[in-house]
Amino acid sequence: MSYELSHLRELEAESIHIMREVAAEFENPALMFSGGKDSIVMLRLAEKAFAPAKIPYPMLHVDTGHNFKEVIDFRDKRAADLGVRLIVASVQDTIDAGRVTEETGARASRNRLQTTTLLEAIEEHRFDALFGGARRDEEKSRAKERVYSFRDDFGQWDPKGQRPELWNLYNGRIKMGEHIRVFPISNWTELDIWQYILEDKVEIPSIYKAHKRMVFERDGMLLAENEFTERMDGEEPYEELVRYRTVGDITITGAVESDADTIEKIIDEVAATRQTERGATRADDRVSEAAMEDRKKEGYF
Amino acid sequence: MSEILRFATAGSVDDGKSTLIGRLLYDSKSIFEDQIDAVEKASEKRGMEMDLSLVTDGLRAEREQGITIDVAYRYFATPKRKFIIADTPGHIQYTRNMVTGASTADLALILVDARNGVIEQSRRHSFIASLLRIPHIVVCVNKMDLVDYSEEAFEKVKEEFREFAMRLDVPDLSFIPVSALKGDNVVDKSDAMPWYEGPSLLTHLETVHTASDRNMVDVRFPVQYVIRPMSDEYHDYRGYAGTVAGGVMKPGDDVVVLPSGFESTIKSIDTIDGPIEEAFAPMAVTVRLNDEIDISRGDMICRPNNQPVVTQDVDAMICWMDETASLQPRKKYAIKQTTRAARIMVKDINYRLDINTLHRDEDATEISLNEIGRISFRSTLPLFIDEYRRNRETGSFVLIDEATNSTVAAGMILGESAG
Repeated sequence: MSYELSHLRELEAESIHIMREVAAEFENPALMFSGGKDSIVMLRLAEKAFAPAKIPYPMLHVDTGHNFKEVIDFRDKRAADLGVRLIVASVQDTIDAGRVTEETGARASRNRLQTTTLLEAIEEHRFDALFGGARRDEEKSRAKERVYSFRDDFGQWDPKGQRPELWNLYNGRIKMGEHIRVFPISNWTELDIWQYILEDKVEIPSIYKAHKRMVFERDGMLLAENEFTERMDGEEPYEELVRYRTVGDITITGAVESDADTIEKIIDEVAATRQTERGATRADDRVSEAAMEDRKKEGYF
Repeated sequence: MSEILRFATAGSVDDGKSTLIGRLLYDSKSIFEDQIDAVEKASEKRGMEMDLSLVTDGLRAEREQGITIDVAYRYFATPKRKFIIADTPGHIQYTRNMVTGASTADLALILVDARNGVIEQSRRHSFIASLLRIPHIVVCVNKMDLVDYSEEAFEKVKEEFREFAMRLDVPDLSFIPVSALKGDNVVDKSDAMPWYEGPSLLTHLETVHTASDRNMVDVRFPVQYVIRPMSDEYHDYRGYAGTVAGGVMKPGDDVVVLPSGFESTIKSIDTIDGPIEEAFAPMAVTVRLNDEIDISRGDMICRPNNQPVVTQDVDAMICWMDETASLQPRKKYAIKQTTRAARIMVKDINYRLDINTLHRDEDATEISLNEIGRISFRSTLPLFIDEYRRNRETGSFVLIDEATNSTVAAGMILGESAG
């Protein structure tokens, strides 16, 4: 008997440790769930961490209203199966209440508005810890973020004032009004996520696998034809065999051409791909060299 | 062989650390095209050719100033292994970041400029690696291209380093001559140094043997969370969730629970997929016992004939991490050690260590930011401790300032205070 864990089981153990630590030390945590593959894996890890008991915290979905229907159905089914309370914080409600103004034009997106909705939900429900499915390999400012990422009264991240994080000893002390964003899958890569989905037979929404869809091209990305996005001149929709590498707001999430209709084929594609998933499919990160860092400072996921 | 290798690097842009990591990622095809595009664009802006160090510097301030400020974690994989790099700045003012990166590392990668030999910074990095008990140290003698790939230059650095490292506790030390800039001996063996018979850096990282590094002898199970489903199906279920911090646990094993001292046997070790035959570090499992004992978070399950030291008086090495206040005798802090939380009072500063010369200042009255020293303290509750060099999990702790909630110190336990 060799006492060695496979890399997926070692990552799993680390994530479960973090999720239990939060359950033990915080009064009111919630798990942010977007329906994306990372939050799906995170939810599965939470299920494992507390079995045979239920996950001891609710799921929180910040809903831009611009959704893939398949993802919303999936979300509702998972919450029901697990018997976990689902809280939906709606960007539409924030807009209707006049607290943010919707962008207009063909490039309008609700991406940035989500921050206000999220911070309102945190205040309303008095969450003191929020699990997020961010990974450090996704983006360069995330590479520097702690597993326990401290947020002040305004939900802001201070990249230069982060607490040192040593061994597996996490400092979860906060004052009233502050909270911690917790990233239990920080050390996973995109490939790890897919390998885990395969090995553990984790269910995922159908749009991750190759399917036919009406798309149009913008800035080298394939965007789904949808009711929320105005098309500009020359953006003619056509049918293409595509899949999604990330799942977010339908107006800014690009699909990639692919015939990978099984997890095995997706893994082959991911292993061979030469573009990061955010670079290839997320308009929100293309704004500048430090787009993510700037949004995170404001309180973004 | 463990599939994940966590390694720490320390250094500044000048000694080529970022270039070396950039090279590892680039040559092992772990950087993506859009990242390379971004680096090319950024290099162009600065009027340089492709600058691989830009791959690793993540924050706006770092790119603007051309320095690494914080620990960055990077990931790459080869068919043999998955690698997690803790990339840390090398300057003395970032000692705390180095200590942070080193705390979880299996291996430390130390860069020495072949032209300059072992300098103060290399000594400091090696000392931190040994203090944090990183089991493997690889010294990359870099910029070999600038010394005509001379074997003599390499041997000279090796000799110098060995002499210095004799004063440290380093279980496994290797040397590799490289040029990060040209890629010699980074991923592939270089033709420019036929006299070097060892592996390339990547081959070394892929094959270094880490299996015996974890403690598989002393059973230590700090209880993290008590699972009580209170459902009809699992009416009386009471499981102790935690991460194995040492040893191998099996159903049927005799155990003792600290601090109560009650003994029982392991009924089962549970996971979502059912019970398992054994659990070892670093598995996260749920343990059930055959007797109903009052157990809560912060308690420790171990074997009756192999227990940690139970004490309130501890000697430890610490690295101070807070810029606003220093550590002084009589000051009080919160402590987190395994899953146990208590408060401590500093009784004494035995000495403060000059991390460049290893000189011990026994008259020191405080330990300030980035300084390392030996202290003794008393805790409000008994702690269950092992010597850090025997077990990194049960031998480590952090101190927290209760007024600011900052993590102010990292601690490595030496043992119970004498007298």
